Amino acid sequence: MVARNKSTPIPIVNTMNREYRLIAFGVLAVVIIIALPQLGGTGLPRQLSDLFVFISIATMWNLLSGYAGMVSVGQQGWIGLGSYATIVIADDLGASLFVSVFLAGIFTALVSIPTSWVVFRLRAGYFAIGTWVVAEVFQLLVSSSTGWLGGGAGRSLASIRGFVRSTSPETFALTTYYVAAAIAVLSIIVVYSLMRSRVGLGLTAIRDSESGAASLGVNTTRLKLIAYVVAAGMTGIAGGIIAVMSINVRPDAAFSVQWTAFMIFITVIGGIGSIEGPIIGAVLFYFIRNQLSSYGEWSFIVLGVIAVVMMLVAPRGIWGLIQQRTHFEIFPIRRLMPRRLLMENTPSTGEAP
Amino acid sequence: MTMLLKVDKAVKEFGALRVCNEISFEIQAGEALGILGPNGAGKTTLLNLIAGDLPLTSGRILFNDQDVSGQPANKRCTMGIGRTSQIPRPFTGMTVYENVLLAAQYGRRKSEADSYHVCRDVLALTGLLPLWNTVAGNLRLLDRKRLELARALATQPSLLLLDEIAGGLTDHEVHDLLAILRQIRAQGVTIIWIEHIVHALVSVVDRIIAIDFGTLLIEGTPDEVIHSETFRQVYFGIDTDLEPVT
Repeated sequence: MVARNKSTPIPIVNTMNREYRLIAFGVLAVVIIIALPQLGGTGLPRQLSDLFVFISIATMWNLLSGYAGMVSVGQQGWIGLGSYATIVIADDLGASLFVSVFLAGIFTALVSIPTSWVVFRLRAGYFAIGTWVVAEVFQLLVSSSTGWLGGGAGRSLASIRGFVRSTSPETFALTTYYVAAAIAVLSIIVVYSLMRSRVGLGLTAIRDSESGAASLGVNTTRLKLIAYVVAAGMTGIAGGIIAVMSINVRPDAAFSVQWTAFMIFITVIGGIGSIEGPIIGAVLFYFIRNQLSSYGEWSFIVLGVIAVVMMLVAPRGIWGLIQQRTHFEIFPIRRLMPRRLLMENTPSTGEAP
Repeated sequence: MTMLLKVDKAVKEFGALRVCNEISFEIQAGEALGILGPNGAGKTTLLNLIAGDLPLTSGRILFNDQDVSGQPANKRCTMGIGRTSQIPRPFTGMTVYENVLLAAQYGRRKSEADSYHVCRDVLALTGLLPLWNTVAGNLRLLDRKRLELARALATQPSLLLLDEIAGGLTDHEVHDLLAILRQIRAQGVTIIWIEHIVHALVSVVDRIIAIDFGTLLIEGTPDEVIHSETFRQVYFGIDTDLEPVT
């Protein structure tokens, strides 16, 4: 995305260079992901797994809100359901631990389809509240299962013990780290592919004018459903890895609205409506949170102040500021007209426009 | 000539308010029809009913002999009904080119590569080619109107609905717009055009219908309609007893 400042038109960049740059950044990212655990002790992979979770869930919130214009306050519903689904699939159904994490995403994606029938009847602010209500309903349903899911006291993911026993605590921490990193990378690849496809163009149009998009042939309901289901599925997978990283999964923590607050904070400070934004925002949030961890409740006030100041000073976030000055981008989403067409002066085809 | 669109006793009610009262008319392929009427007469509502932005209360709309009354707006667009909106609805975060590309890709179910030429041609026709990489939110009114038209054309409609596309433009700009509209007509596109700028309208259309209070008042050639007493009474609010007929 390019900053919407008044400098028109946007400088034209070479299409080929754009793709090579993305590949270079991809390779660099993979190298960093592999190299990072070698740097620190056993605690570092565990801490960095948090960072990857933040990248995943914020990237998905950005797909919904930043690209498709559907502001959700209920994404914690998919985290909670994903966490519990992972427990059930791994412990009760006997699937392998890390496979369960991804199966949990399929489960949340399936659940999101009937959920959409309810929340899609609502618009804008009402949609936001509706998604929150749905997440609360999920929490109440899970809490009411005192026997099977442990009620309010929660339930632990017993398969972890089996995994640690058959390998080692270090292997477990490292595997968790790589799976969390893979989920983050997958989230980014999914959003990038969507945005490069016709679906992405349609979603951006819906965000800017839903009625306008419909009169140009866009099936708005179908596209919104795609974004909603993809976000629910990927957030469910993130919920699964969160369960793996937690000792005990409790409904009030797994379904906490704080998850969505984190997603919003990360996306807003990083830069809404860009793929780079949530990544930068997640890194920043990760460091700010670590710095503030000793201040307890005060840390939330500080985070809130930062978010409000950011919205006032730089509504497009840090990435927006960088873009405005440099027009630099890692993920080329803008469509460009092929140069050869701009060179031709006469109409190229005889067909009616 | 073959009949392209038939509006059959179209009724639209918002609660107790009947904004479209059993309006019926037909339009032949290749024809250009103008719609006149005072503010609040129900012109835009009629266009919304044809484009599918509003559902009919009763009546039918036939397009290419097919009943499209139950089809949503996006389906009617892919069938060949393109429209522009009175208040431009540009996708402000997208560039001019992306706006048009979206219309070509969705309106005609084309791939990105297959859409290049359509996009280039409509941008050239509407004079937006130099602005192709400008973010639509930064366009001035005239260019927003042009973009509205370019997007509708990129869906390659057989029927083009224009809602006050000349409104708010200067004489010079209207002149440029008329040249574009004549080119579109020359390509065989059927047009239904709502416009308050009568001299612009009559220079393009073959036939005019005038409506007031949701009811069709008169139908005929531009000359017949403009000079009819019914129309002058309603549209200009002129007491025809006192007005010498020119």
